Amino acid sequence: MARIFCDGSEAIARAAIASGLRFFAGYPMAPSSDLLEHLTAKLPRAGGVCVAAETEIEGANMALGAAMTGNRAATGSTGQGVALMQETISECALHETPLVVFTVGRMQQDYFQSTRGGGWGDARTISMAPKDVPEAFELTQRLFHLSDKYRMPAILLTDGMLARTQVSVDLTPLELEPLPPKDWAVDGTGTGTGRSKTHWTWNEGKVNNPGPGPQAHWSNLAEKYARVARVEPRWEAIHAEDAETLIVAFGTAAKFVEYVVGEMRAEGRKVGLFRPITLWPFPEEALEKAAAKARAVGVFELNAGQMIDDVRISVPDRRLVRAIGGISTDRSGLSIGDLLDAPVIRARIEALMTGVNA
Amino acid sequence: MNVAAALPPDNAVKRAPFGTGLLLSEDHPLCPGCGHPVALRVIMEAIEDMALEGRSVGIFGHGCSAMMIGQMDIDLNLSLHGRAPATATGVKRMLPDRVVFTMQGDGDMVSEGLAEVLHAAARSEKITCFLLNNGVFGDTGGHMTAASVLGQRTKTDMGGRKAEEHGYPIPISKLVAGLDGVSYVARASVHNAAGVTLAKRFVRRAFEHQLQRTGFSLVEILTMCPTGWVSKPADGPAYMMDTLGRQIELGELKDGPAAA
Repeated sequence: MARIFCDGSEAIARAAIASGLRFFAGYPMAPSSDLLEHLTAKLPRAGGVCVAAETEIEGANMALGAAMTGNRAATGSTGQGVALMQETISECALHETPLVVFTVGRMQQDYFQSTRGGGWGDARTISMAPKDVPEAFELTQRLFHLSDKYRMPAILLTDGMLARTQVSVDLTPLELEPLPPKDWAVDGTGTGTGRSKTHWTWNEGKVNNPGPGPQAHWSNLAEKYARVARVEPRWEAIHAEDAETLIVAFGTAAKFVEYVVGEMRAEGRKVGLFRPITLWPFPEEALEKAAAKARAVGVFELNAGQMIDDVRISVPDRRLVRAIGGISTDRSGLSIGDLLDAPVIRARIEALMTGVNA
Repeated sequence: MNVAAALPPDNAVKRAPFGTGLLLSEDHPLCPGCGHPVALRVIMEAIEDMALEGRSVGIFGHGCSAMMIGQMDIDLNLSLHGRAPATATGVKRMLPDRVVFTMQGDGDMVSEGLAEVLHAAARSEKITCFLLNNGVFGDTGGHMTAASVLGQRTKTDMGGRKAEEHGYPIPISKLVAGLDGVSYVARASVHNAAGVTLAKRFVRRAFEHQLQRTGFSLVEILTMCPTGWVSKPADGPAYMMDTLGRQIELGELKDGPAAA
């Protein structure tokens, strides 16, 4: 397929439709509204359904209903809107319903929400953060695939800057392994046959066809999460192998750090970048290896310090870990502020290196 | 007393089998005198009468209306509290040729899920919502809901609901019937055989509306909750008709096409 010039919102919408999205329900809130507008326009033309929900809660529960029938479904909002969806997201994790959620945040303050969630129970959610628009097109497709493969929710965590940045994007879809038919889908064909299904987080089944029940079901989920954590971490390491100073960053912020690290490397400075692509499962082992020679590990994230918890868990010596990012917004509180600027980032990295050398 | 001695004697009067074809067990886990199993049976019989097997999906709310999900041969989801009409919307939009219904108590639909049912009705979703209304959160032991009628005894106010303290009940069927997206609303009660017969007629009519895609449909069924009302099981029907029955008019509120 041809390249087009489009912004992140359109790239995500096109990737979702290329992935076979059949249902989307959303509620407008900046900076996620553009994605809703693209899907409102494009999804019905592709044979799908897009509903303007009365609240984020209902949008998420509509998407749950659509996904339960075996169709690919998604919802999305900004961090505040996805906060309202937390109960539904954990519910989907616990009754094994694939659901893709797009979080178009304002800075990077939704890391905890995307990796820990605010729902209930032993619920886990695959979460990925693209560094730019082409990668958003790729990861959206991967998330639909993984959500179906593991029957669990999957979140694309991005931000308003990526959503509104226009670049040239290659719209050739990924080739992903075929998945088995969804024999678990609840579609009404079982009613009255003696083989009907009960779709429930307790997974107790029917009296004539009992399910494992909560103890075994939730233990099975725990095993699944452990498998996902082993197999599915994705990351990018740039100049990390001999880095004395390693910067860890995700999403849009990582794109800026990548530029600064490239600039400093060209000057012979031993600095590297480690970028988690999956925020959950967090690439703990890969980061542990990447940080093996580091004398300092700087975490650059546009929040008060959220991913830094995972970095401290991963690196061999947590005393080396320093926060070099921070809250950075404009007057409206809706956009990224002055910190996302190459000279500012460079100054913070140099201060980190000086501090180590001092 | 050992277990064998506690069993009924061989010559005990056998009760009629409870089960319809869709009931997988003759027992139910609800309290003695509960009206829910009667209402659920009415709905299951309607599904069978109208040959909706193989093409119907139930979305159950949280509360006593969901106690029998394991005993019903129905493809179903136990939804989040109050959200059943939203989940049913997603199902119906993907499977427009299926009959999709919700099963909700008054705590689920009128307290927690008021937005969901009103918006699904206003959107004219081609689904049927069933409200099993006993005026209490039966599952929690009989606490007041947004549908508890004035004077009704609840664990929240054992002296009976007072308007000056708790305000007024929400007449959900009236609200829904006033929306343009709605084509059928009816209220029935399972306090006696005539009520059960009427309830079944209303349930069938609601499914007919859904099959004809005329609009959103709602059937409210008053059900006994002697446990929640702190009354004897046998007194349930009389207490219900003395409280909910006096303030909720039974019959069809709307039976016609939704507004264009």
